[in-house]
Amino acid sequence: MEFKLGDKIATREAYGKTLAELGADHDFVVLDADLAEATKTCYFAKAYPNRFFDCGIAEGNMVGIAAGLAAAGKTVVASSFAMFAAGRAFEQIRNSVAYPHLNVKICATHAGITVGEDGATHQCLEDLALMRVIPGMTVINPSDAVEAAAALKYAIETDGPFYIRFGRFAMPVIHDSATYTFKPGEGETLVEGDDVTVIATGMMYKPVLEASYVLKALHNISVRVINMPTVKPLDREIIRKAARETGAIVVAEEHNIIGGLGSAVAECVSETYPCPVFRVGVKDVFGRSGKVPPLLDAYGLNPETVVEKVQAALRLKTAMKG
Amino acid sequence: MDSAKLTQLKHEAAMIRLGILDGVHAAASGHPGGSMSIADIMSYLYFAEMKVDPANPKWDGRDRFVLSKGHAAPALYATLARKGFFPFESLTTLRHVDSILQGHPDMKHIPGVDMTTGSLGQGISAAVGMALAAKVDHKDYRTYAIVGDGESEEGQVWEALMFAARHDLDNLCVVIDYNGLQIDGPIADIVNPAPYEGKLSSFGFHVITIDAHDFDQIENAFNEARAVKGKPTAIVANSVKGKGVSFMENQVKWHGSAPNDAQYEQAVAEIKAQL
Repeated sequence: MEFKLGDKIATREAYGKTLAELGADHDFVVLDADLAEATKTCYFAKAYPNRFFDCGIAEGNMVGIAAGLAAAGKTVVASSFAMFAAGRAFEQIRNSVAYPHLNVKICATHAGITVGEDGATHQCLEDLALMRVIPGMTVINPSDAVEAAAALKYAIETDGPFYIRFGRFAMPVIHDSATYTFKPGEGETLVEGDDVTVIATGMMYKPVLEASYVLKALHNISVRVINMPTVKPLDREIIRKAARETGAIVVAEEHNIIGGLGSAVAECVSETYPCPVFRVGVKDVFGRSGKVPPLLDAYGLNPETVVEKVQAALRLKTAMKG
Repeated sequence: MDSAKLTQLKHEAAMIRLGILDGVHAAASGHPGGSMSIADIMSYLYFAEMKVDPANPKWDGRDRFVLSKGHAAPALYATLARKGFFPFESLTTLRHVDSILQGHPDMKHIPGVDMTTGSLGQGISAAVGMALAAKVDHKDYRTYAIVGDGESEEGQVWEALMFAARHDLDNLCVVIDYNGLQIDGPIADIVNPAPYEGKLSSFGFHVITIDAHDFDQIENAFNEARAVKGKPTAIVANSVKGKGVSFMENQVKWHGSAPNDAQYEQAVAEIKAQL
């Protein structure tokens, strides 16, 4: 699937289109829980009706069926909204899929605050935390459509349990699909810099890149920007290097600031090369209904907050030297 | 059923019961009551009904078995040991820190275990997934699952049954082990999922009710299940918790406690008297 640089496309759309495309030469089964039109598994369902099963509004059972299919040798993709996959079906994922290390890919869409108007019950801000504490689970939070498509292909071609997080909101493509290859477990340096590092996951690359330009232009601060699609296993080397070379880190994620990538980076930094780590994310509160742009501003998932946190991290870095 | 077959199945059931006692006694923990209640059905499944190969536990064409009421693991392990998947003597390592025999079934490490279970309500979904896989792949193996009566209080059980009927999974046979007791007391006193027949029937299942300790009825039920096309079958197996050991029968306390040395000796003597 070609996604053009700069085009605005939601990662769920890339997921659905790629799933249907991969169906041609990859033998896998797709499950959904009455959200196929929204998760975009509908494209696969239409192309391969004999390999698609709608489990109805019963996410725990869907994950259990996925486990049984996988135990019988199938590669399985199971989709719902992040809230009902990682949330409602957490224990089924933990006990029926991950504990026996079965070949099930939990592909969760509508993650984070960018669900928008549906509000707090549907805005899952806890899934990265829930999924990364499960042993043996690979957790991927793609940035744009190109990365989402590549991560999905990698997961389907790799044995074991995966959690992949997709968004509802259309975001600009920043990777060139002609040259891009997904590197599992590796962060990607988008902008080189020496003064501070900002690590973004999922859709946060956009406010982070904008913040980095502002910091350079207005404050002459050289920001290293890293895109981190794989939340687990974590790229500890790129984090340690950033800590050593820039001495201050800010992590930005569309997730509760507790338990997600910010926590994972802080855990890594404290054990490898201690330096200030600040987090941009939803500050341990529930979301609410609204259009996406005002929601992002209301919860501080914007360039302004990234700039603020970078400046705070740099102040602490300076203070610690003194 | 001819008498030679009946004698063999009764013998295997008694050996399974001895294996259950060996395991929970050695572990000083575990669930003897609900293991004893399924021993006769386990004997029939593995020594008369299912195609399995102990020399090749992962044989692609094997029939699948899911112990959805995973706490009855001692019965499954004793059955697999009798069938030759691993030595009978290893049953005394049950629940020990260096043993493969986990407190609940672990498909990754125990030969012959087709699905990891233990969290109630989940195994039945996996069994449905296995039956679905056979349909997708046009394979003729069958899938069997045993669900506890208390376990059926989990809503996921009914989600799984609904899906199985919707997809006409006639290669699936679900046994409800209706022994009437759960940890906190009689199921009738808790939230009472019984009676089962009408519920299962309205969920789209072919339903058969049997005495879980009568081999003729067990045989007829599994034969009937195999003959039914276009819908899955559920067997409501009226069983006795702790069956075979006088002081365990129909006693809630034997759901999840192990016999002491004296109780173990008495229980073994009672089972051996049946051999």
